[in-house]
Order: sequence, then C-alpha cells, then structure tokens
Amino acid sequence: MTNTPVIGVLALQGDVREHLIALAAADAVARPVRRPEELAEVDALVIPGGESTTMSKLAVLFGMLEPLRERVAAGMPVYGTCAGMIMLADKLLDGRDDQETLGGIDMIVRRNAFGRQNESFEAKIDFVGIEGGPVEGVFIRAPWVESVGGAAEVLATYDGHTVAVRQGNVLATSFHPELTGDDRVHAYFVEMVRAGL
Amino acid sequence: MSTLPTSPQSAESAIGTSRVKRGMAEQLKGGVIMDVVNAEQAKIAEDAGAVAVMALERVPADIRKDGGVARMSDPNMIEEIIEAVSIPVMAKSRIGHFVEAQVLQSLGVDYIDESEVLTPADEVNHSDKWAFTTPFVCGATNLGEALRRIAEGAAMIRSKGEAGTGNVVEAVRHLRQIKNEIAKLRGFDNNELYAAAKELRAPYELVKEVAELGKLPVVLFSAGGVATPADAALMRQLGAEGVFVGSGIFKSGDPAKRAAAIVKATTFFDDPKIIADASRNLGEAMVGINCDTLPEAERYANRGW
Repeated sequence: MTNTPVIGVLALQGDVREHLIALAAADAVARPVRRPEELAEVDALVIPGGESTTMSKLAVLFGMLEPLRERVAAGMPVYGTCAGMIMLADKLLDGRDDQETLGGIDMIVRRNAFGRQNESFEAKIDFVGIEGGPVEGVFIRAPWVESVGGAAEVLATYDGHTVAVRQGNVLATSFHPELTGDDRVHAYFVEMVRAGL
Repeated sequence: MSTLPTSPQSAESAIGTSRVKRGMAEQLKGGVIMDVVNAEQAKIAEDAGAVAVMALERVPADIRKDGGVARMSDPNMIEEIIEAVSIPVMAKSRIGHFVEAQVLQSLGVDYIDESEVLTPADEVNHSDKWAFTTPFVCGATNLGEALRRIAEGAAMIRSKGEAGTGNVVEAVRHLRQIKNEIAKLRGFDNNELYAAAKELRAPYELVKEVAELGKLPVVLFSAGGVATPADAALMRQLGAEGVFVGSGIFKSGDPAKRAAAIVKATTFFDDPKIIADASRNLGEAMVGINCDTLPEAERYANRGW
C-alpha cells in the first residue's frame, strides 16, 4: 500500500523497541536502521531516546552522520525524542565538545537541562495539534529548548520551558511518548509523513 | 510502554515513578556500562562511547585479589566522577545496606547497583528499593531471583555472571536460565501460573506479567566476565539488551581501544565482520580465572537469593 509509510528507527543505541511498537500502533511499517543502505529504504526516521553522546559517536564511527544529514537536509520527515531532540538541534548547549548533531530545527537545545535522574519526572503536557487532552510526558535527564528561530513552531511547554517543537517535516520532544502506551504523538508524526508521500 | 504503571492523575509532576525509573534503563539499551575507579578512567569510558559508568573503589578483579570487606566507594571519588563526565553515573551499594544506598542517592548518582560484588551487609534482606527516588539495578542468576528483586523495587536487572574473572561462562549460564524460564512460562496456561509462581518464589502478578510479555517487565543487561568484543556480542545475541563490563577493560593492555571495540561489537552484535574488525590488535585481554577452580566462598553469584 502506497499510503502506509515505512518509518525507520535509528538503532545505534536507545529505546528502539518502544518506538517500533508505538509506530506500528500508529499504522506505520516500522523497522530498525543502523546502516546507510537501511536509511536509504525508509520514508521517514525516528531518532529514539538514549545517550546522545554515545549516539553521536556511533553515528560518526559507522558512517551514518553524513547520510543522516543529507536525508534531513533533503526534507525527510524526522521525529526525535530526548537524545533525538538533541540530535536535531542546530545548536547544542552543555554537550561534549566533540558532540555532533544533525541539525534540522532552528533551535538551541540544552542537554540534561531538567537535571539528573533524581530530577526525572512525569507530567501531563498540552500539545498543540493533538486532541483528546494532554499527553503523558515522561522526562528522563531531559533536555529543553532554550530558544527557537522564526521557522520553528513551539508545540508544548512545561514550567515555562519549550519541550516540543516542529519545523516543517521535523518534530522533536524533550519527553518520551514511547514509554507511555499513549501513541498520539507517534500518530501525529505518521500523519506528517503520510501528508508528504 | 503500556505495561508500566500509569501516571498519577494530578496536574502536578511526579518524580521517582516506576515509569521514570524503568524508563531510564530503557535509554541505556544497546549500550555498554563500564566500571571505573577514578575520573580519568571515567573520561576514557565516555570517550569510547559508554552509555554510563559504574563508579567503584576497586574493580572486581582487584576485590578478588585483595580480599577483605568490599564497601560503597568514597563519596569524594563518586563526586569527582560525576563532575568529570556528562553521561549517567551509577554506583554500588552492598546488598541490604540501605544506608549506603541513601548516601548514594544523596550524592545524586543516576542508578544504584545493589551488588553481590561488594560484601553483603544483610544475609536475609535486600534493600527496599521502592523507598528511593534513585532507581536500582540488581543481579540475578535465574528468573525467580530477578522477579524477587523487581518485587523489591528494582527497575533494571542484570545477570550476575562471575565478576572479576574475565570468564563469561557464568553470565551465559544466568542469561540462558532466565530466558529459558521465561520461554517456559509462555507455554503455561492460567492454571499453571499459580504453581509456577510458587515454584519461582515470586509474586503471582509478576509471573503473570512475564508470561504475557514474554520478557521481564524491566530492562535486562548482562554482567560478569565480559572481556572481549565477541563476549559482549555473545551476550547480546543471547538476549541481553546491553552489557556491563567490569574488570575486562581497565585490567587489559589498552583500555581505550578495548572499550571502543566492545562498544562497537555491542551495537553490531549480529555482524561478525564488524566484530572481527573490532577484535583486531587489542593487546592483551585480562588474564582471567577458570570459574570451576573458584572456591565456593569466592563465588559472588551465590551472594543474594
């Protein structure tokens, strides 16, 4: 079926399995992506939660960084959660000096901004464009968005901080909808992908 | 994940929930967590692509060599490591020593390992891990033990293996045991699950959940005896969602190179070509100990129950 998008989940490290399950629940064909040739076969990509420094290092090591940048620059729809949000930031604060991001959203993201694990929390988040009440946000050593440029739209805030952003085909959240069983953010992303097919 | 307990209904935020604790371990999947004894080693681990470091005073191989009582590390050392790296920092408490765990929580570590590698402080009780905001990882040799730890509040499970030996045989045994017992539960009907819970000495609700999920309700890593890239890939192929490496890295000839090689092999655990490349010219592996020559009293896996 031409209308069922094939969405990859970047599987260098992180909670890949939970994203695969959430995407399948949102009626996409989901598969893990670790290699450039696997990336070439998907319509869109999810960058999961994980350790952003490790993910960035592995992306460089395995020759994924440039292919990823090229696809994002060419307009492939991408959704990043937590570490994935960091990967999609044009500019990063509190990262490692050698930490590479893909870019994609004109935003400045601060890594681990909400604190260490003892400060990790869950909260209800009102999300622009998602109906049926607030989504459940699980924030784990989470980043926040310090500021966004003109082309980027803020979709959610928590406690005065931006925690969800969209710019064109690229979506990012500080939190982890994939850990909650609430698939509405994934469904929102699948709709974004479907609209572009 | 739908299996995790749901959020409180209030508009307030909540810290230390099961979802937040178990969810933290989900973020570490596919990664390598490395034992380090100082800030310098922690940096080497981070540079090599570790997803987290485990701060401890002596690596298990040295605890074996030195003997004596092994305890929680000096808070100064833990704080130096927290300062030195930006990745999560874990630290070990003795089994049942809930005050060491309280101290570790107050230092702001990201995970506490209630570990058999240290000398147990209580021969009957493990710590009540629900009482903490900081999540816990615990070792297990079989499914019943894993579920008892989860019932006590553990948010992540690892095989015990036989730490500090550089010999992967016990980790393989424990992981296979856990996977086999889960597979067996899958085949049981509801009537049989009550007897299975009794047999496993674990709460029925957890046994039922495992039977339905076909996996533990928390992340399962491997630990104990991993010394080479191929060891790490073996544990992944056997079903571990990630790997702890203790003495294997900093007791080897070229720690930085070996650490990076183990990270590679853990990510591409099903690609023998990449594992082969990662295994080239790593220098000397740690010498290792044959587990069948270990006296019963020196088997750490027997600690905890």
